[in-house]
Amino acid sequence: MAIPVVYNLRSVKARWTSAIVAILGIAGTVGVFVAMLSLARGFRATLVSSGSYDNAIVMRAGATSEMMSGITLDSVKILQDEPGVARLNGDPLVTSEVVVVAAFPLRSTGTDANVQIRGVSPSVLTVRRNVRIIEGRMFRPGLSELVVGRYATNSYSGLTVGNQVRFGGGLWTIVGIFDAGGSAFDSEGWCDGRVLDDVYKRPNNIFQSATVHLSSPDALQAFKDAVSKDPRLDVDVSREIDYYAKQSELMTRLITRLGGLVAAVMGIGAIIGALNTMYSAVAERGREIAVMRALGFGAAAVVFSFLIEALLISFVGGAIGCVAVLPLNGFTTATMNWQTFSHMAFAFKITPGLLVAGIVFALGMGVAGGLPPAIHAALRSISAALRSL
Amino acid sequence: MKFRALIQANLFRKKVRLLLTLGSFAVALFLFAFLAVVRDAFNRSGGIAAANRLATINRVSIIQPLPLSYGDKIARIPGVQRVTHDNWFGGVYQDERNFFPQFVIDPANQREVFPELVVPDDQWNAFLKDRQGAVAGASTAKRFGWKIGDRIPIKTTIWGGGAWEFNIDGIYHGQRKADDETQFWFQWDYFEERVPDRLKGQTGWYTVKLDSPDDAVRVAKAIDAEFANSPYETKTDTESAFAEGWVKQSGNIEFLILTIGSIVFFTLLLVTGNTMAISVRERTGELAILKAIGFKDSSVLILVLVEALAIAMFGGILGLALSELAIPVLGAAMSGMLPNLILSKSILAAGLGFALLVGATSGLLPGIGAMRLRVVEAFRRI
Amino acid sequence: MVSVNTNGNSSALIQVRGLDKTYWRGGEKIDVLQGLNLDVDKGDFVGFMGPSGSGKTTLLNLLGGLDVPTSGAISVAGDEITHMSRGKLTEWRARHVGFVFQMYNLVPVLTAYQNVELPLLLTRLSRSARREHVEAALAIVGLRDRSHHFPRQLSGGQEQRVAIARAIVSDPTFLLCDEPTGDLDRKSADEIMALIEELVSKHNKTVLMVTHDPLVAARAHTVLHLEKGVLVEASKPRENAMAGGGA
Repeated sequence: MAIPVVYNLRSVKARWTSAIVAILGIAGTVGVFVAMLSLARGFRATLVSSGSYDNAIVMRAGATSEMMSGITLDSVKILQDEPGVARLNGDPLVTSEVVVVAAFPLRSTGTDANVQIRGVSPSVLTVRRNVRIIEGRMFRPGLSELVVGRYATNSYSGLTVGNQVRFGGGLWTIVGIFDAGGSAFDSEGWCDGRVLDDVYKRPNNIFQSATVHLSSPDALQAFKDAVSKDPRLDVDVSREIDYYAKQSELMTRLITRLGGLVAAVMGIGAIIGALNTMYSAVAERGREIAVMRALGFGAAAVVFSFLIEALLISFVGGAIGCVAVLPLNGFTTATMNWQTFSHMAFAFKITPGLLVAGIVFALGMGVAGGLPPAIHAALRSISAALRSL
Repeated sequence: MKFRALIQANLFRKKVRLLLTLGSFAVALFLFAFLAVVRDAFNRSGGIAAANRLATINRVSIIQPLPLSYGDKIARIPGVQRVTHDNWFGGVYQDERNFFPQFVIDPANQREVFPELVVPDDQWNAFLKDRQGAVAGASTAKRFGWKIGDRIPIKTTIWGGGAWEFNIDGIYHGQRKADDETQFWFQWDYFEERVPDRLKGQTGWYTVKLDSPDDAVRVAKAIDAEFANSPYETKTDTESAFAEGWVKQSGNIEFLILTIGSIVFFTLLLVTGNTMAISVRERTGELAILKAIGFKDSSVLILVLVEALAIAMFGGILGLALSELAIPVLGAAMSGMLPNLILSKSILAAGLGFALLVGATSGLLPGIGAMRLRVVEAFRRI
Repeated sequence: MVSVNTNGNSSALIQVRGLDKTYWRGGEKIDVLQGLNLDVDKGDFVGFMGPSGSGKTTLLNLLGGLDVPTSGAISVAGDEITHMSRGKLTEWRARHVGFVFQMYNLVPVLTAYQNVELPLLLTRLSRSARREHVEAALAIVGLRDRSHHFPRQLSGGQEQRVAIARAIVSDPTFLLCDEPTGDLDRKSADEIMALIEELVSKHNKTVLMVTHDPLVAARAHTVLHLEKGVLVEASKPRENAMAGGGA
């Protein structure tokens, strides 16, 4: 025979100040938990979405990032003819790229931050299908024209269509804004790779990477095999999406660890708060419990009853915590990507999975905070409880 | 003091609750210390940078090189005491995850420009004589268990590629707690020898030591003026300005930390306030008796406040002590991604103050309630 | 000598003149005490009786300085207490009144010794001086051997004895007891009353006691009834008890 839940509901209502304390403690913890993990997720998602499943990125063998890589024009020509490379009207869909970093003033602080400038092949939009021009137009090959991502134009002063900016020792005209679907590219500026080489006085026949659009996602293996067997090439091939996932590792790890630690510590604090609440609940209701036991409700029923109460409180707390941080979803912030030394904007990404995890975390805290007092309540001898006025 | 027995007895009345509340404080203070330490680490880069040093980089971009020939020209500018040049090596030791900063240094000027990074003379001399010699910072050496005489292989993809090998000839220590002890230095000559021709004769940046910090602005301007309109224009700034710019790019860490800190503060306040309120409520009868006997209203308030402060203090000290133990471990877990995590005395003091503030505040309302308690009503209520 | 019809000044230890006390309960005005007079001399043992709600406890609270009257005067050993500030009243209480309540007398987390010591903490006595007084008080109530026990380790009667020890430890001018035997069984009640009688006869204490139990009231030297807001003298208390009078 179970103790009716309405008893728990009324009891919580009667001691609502204590309940609110526990609820807020749990809400705060869950909020921080979800917020920090969504920060890490957002960072990773931004980078990962930069890569496409049906693109492959080619860099010098052993290079861990574009900046450290170098491939020759000749190698790119060889790559273009390997099996697996998609073609449009007979032309291979390949973009050979160089990335540099240039300083521009942030709108928010006025101080400079490093923007990644990517010198690309003019056909880049055929390879990167998730990028489209939303204002102005694409740059014309051979001219010092620049298109900027939408985060870049929002974060920095002066990166608007029609404006001219100076970097690399040259004067550039901004001719368009592009939308890269919230990926890292949205924080970049793109221009003709050849022009960039000239301005930065780099040798014209060396790039840092080549990105190839595959004829189909499964074509990767064929492409990879052909490339590794070719004695003229000394390169590594990875699926673009995997490359970017790896790029995000360092920062993601940092945020996840920091956030996880903070949430764990707060969780302990919340559990302590819940324990306090539940123990005082047990103490204040000692006589009621004893009477119920005397009436015939078993020890298990008592434990269950208190546990339900704790879970109720923690569920409400978890829900409040999740709802409180929901507005953060999509909120953009920015930080330095340590692997490219450039400033990158990304957005909090709250997924349904994360919310569920938050609620589960809350319920877990509820159990941890509700079980010991519940057991204590059940084990107290009935006569002792009745005696203590 | 004679009321000690009463206060002590009241505190230990419910041991479980006492432990839980102490635990609350310990947890909150631990978090506070951790957050303060991280915030400090991010802000500190501006603090320890020397006031009498400038950094000169390529104006176009920090990743672009400068000609080696600039060194002499910079040295001739009035106000410049010494100049040294460095390159970022960026190689990989065993695994990408074992990141630590590697610099190609100019041994002739290194120690004079960076006097706070100390190498014993005998080790330095051995290093000078060894073309493939290297000096490692104490914390990196500790991390990988390196000893003098070890041979360290490092792979690179930037500087022409390949596996380079070095002999650990020395280990440096920072003079101040905040100094960076993670760097790895090796010989410029060896570097210049091994890089492909097209990369020779260049350096990543110059560090300039000034005669006096007051010359900073003037010398910086002079250096940049010297190379204006050349193919490699420079941008010179004080070390601290540089570091601050770097930190600002890391985003709004401070805001994040303040937000979390506030959430913690208020949650703690709630929990302890509630606990105090419950404990006072339970003792209404006794408090009434005390007042009947002749204890002053204010005495009762003080009683409650002292209890709250005692819990706050002990819980707080516990939390801060835990953080002293845990923070070095946590710093290691961040695998060198954050600068040194240092638990400074001011953080400890602030933490304790914060704990006592929460204690006093949480005890205030119930204490005032106890103070205002009318004996007559109390008995009627029971 | 106890008197309820006095006027003007007398040489009594406790003098009450024209005491009025009015309550508001749920919008209703209740005049509990109406022009009450009382004289109590040193060494008197007075019992107050009356139906519940008659104001016995109110009277006790007023006499003990725990409450202030709507009008009227109370003076104890020459001190007029009705116009004292709360702070002064608290000090006065500490020096002049010993309380014994029906329940919640003792602080459960302190030992018997520590409980008895409590009033002395308000004085400037040294620790050894305090020890003397506490041990003397505990000896009087016959509980020296239990001084380090906690209230939960004592029986109800023993708890009340400790409470009495605490009430007398600072040698107050008079004792106020509100239903001191209310929670006890017959045997323990008898012991407590015997102790109180001893305090009066052997140690010349002045005791004012509220009770609803006629057998307990019978132990007092004078019994007063609270009726219609004033005190009325009863006939000889023992006769009253025999006749079954009193609530």
